[in-house]
Amino acid sequence: MIDPQKLTIKEAYSLLSKREVSAVELTETYLSRIEKYNSELNAYLTINKAGAIETAEKVDKLISQKAKLSPLAGIPVAFKDMYSTKGIRTTAASKVLENYVPIYDATVVAKLNEQNVINLGKTNQDAWAHGSSGENSDFGPAQNPYDFERVPGGSSSGSAVAVSSSLALAATGTDTGGSIRLPASFCNLVGLKPTYGRVSRYGIIAMASSLDSIGHFTKTVWDNALILNHTAGMDPNDATTSPVKVDDYMDEIEKGVKNLRIGLPKEYLEGLDLKVKDILKKAAGTLEKLGAKISEISLPYTEYGVATYYIIQPSEVSSNLARYDGIRFANTRDNFGAEAKRRIILGTYTLSSGYYDAYYLRAMKVRRLIVKDFTDAFKKVDLILAPTSTGPAFKLGEKVDDPLSMYLADVYTVNINIAGVPSLNVPGGFIGDLPVGIQIIGPNFSEKLIYQAAYAYEQETKYFKRTPNL
Amino acid sequence: MPKVKIDIDHVAKLANLNLTDEEKKTFEPQLEEIVGYISKLEKVDTKNIEPVGHITGLENVTRKDEAKPSLSQGDALANAPRTHNGFFEIEAIFQEQ
Repeated sequence: MIDPQKLTIKEAYSLLSKREVSAVELTETYLSRIEKYNSELNAYLTINKAGAIETAEKVDKLISQKAKLSPLAGIPVAFKDMYSTKGIRTTAASKVLENYVPIYDATVVAKLNEQNVINLGKTNQDAWAHGSSGENSDFGPAQNPYDFERVPGGSSSGSAVAVSSSLALAATGTDTGGSIRLPASFCNLVGLKPTYGRVSRYGIIAMASSLDSIGHFTKTVWDNALILNHTAGMDPNDATTSPVKVDDYMDEIEKGVKNLRIGLPKEYLEGLDLKVKDILKKAAGTLEKLGAKISEISLPYTEYGVATYYIIQPSEVSSNLARYDGIRFANTRDNFGAEAKRRIILGTYTLSSGYYDAYYLRAMKVRRLIVKDFTDAFKKVDLILAPTSTGPAFKLGEKVDDPLSMYLADVYTVNINIAGVPSLNVPGGFIGDLPVGIQIIGPNFSEKLIYQAAYAYEQETKYFKRTPNL
Repeated sequence: MPKVKIDIDHVAKLANLNLTDEEKKTFEPQLEEIVGYISKLEKVDTKNIEPVGHITGLENVTRKDEAKPSLSQGDALANAPRTHNGFFEIEAIFQEQ
């Protein structure tokens, strides 16, 4: 009997390749678990039961034929409902797309399908990825499995809940202002926001095209690196993807952090919740013990991040959501929820004649200054260590009536999107019974180095072992 | 924080959104507060700073001008609410006199 709560991709791969479990058995275990828990967790909006079994049968056939299979073959995976999945309803958690069925797969979906992952279904989120808590879903919020009175974080709420509740071994997300890292922090997961352009955005419903970053959630660093090995790379269908060579992210993952220079940004420590600061300092101490050199650095334009982000992002959102006209596909525009309407109006305003220079153009100039903060810092250090969230998961309903206070939950994540650099959230410990993550940030295309540091830290602390009591 | 008033009717029209009076009443103060907050960028000296283009420096990414396989007509119409003889059907734009 497999216990999904104790399973990682690494272990599942071992069981499958030793034929101690079949792909069908593994898939059915996860499907039963979803059937048992999803109505209260609301992690999945659409469950791909028949398709999952079909792929699992295919994988078992290939295994019996001794075919050479990827470590991802037969691994149960969930996809955030922003990802177009051919023939499977894709809603972005919005009533506008309530019955929309894509006629093609997103590139990342096609790539993972090529590896024969088991697509368990589509996960819940803030509608259109607009949110930091999961509460903006048009289909009800997902629940934080560590505490049902608290938010799982957003916008990739369902994906985070699915992995942390062991309803999938991995789940994809999008991170435009923190939407993978924040739920990963609240749900005790490894969550990657890769370098902008490292992973193709083709077929993934666009939120803010100059900020959207395509990443994923796993329980462990090893699992996370394995997935990036298969999703990263240039895509002729996405002209913003980078031609920079894709590393083997698993190669030398155990290298360690000896003599690595890691910076703590002083602006992120000012006013930081004392308990989170404690967790961060402890993490720095652990890395130092493992051989890293910790120093203080400065990112002077930090305080302008949220304002810069909440000009650029809604502007680009207002443009990207203009295509939902209810004529060629989807329901009409009055089906947009309140947050979507707010952001469309805000973005239309900041791009409109007479205001474009004062807002969008100005924000794109400040953006250059924020980019420079990071390039300057990376001349002094190899990686940056920072908090991900202002605290552990906040309570459901706490911020719904105050949009600006919800926006300020992104204070430690947005500058990374503005700069385009990669960042990985790793479990950093617990405040009471609630998980809190920390970010490891690197220069563009340094995911391999980030994984090495994260792996060393994870193996020393093993916080991922503390699973929720369901 | 300074509060800035948005002409919500004008902007909603530009955005092709029909807002109810209830929605306008809720959004107006929220948006004022948000626009007030984002106005803090006025404090940054951006003289002689160029706006950012592509964040990792790509420019003019093109491909050969060759026709490639695309969507079939059937696929393209698959999610349309109203179709007519293989066309998308929409409300009349021009009126007969």
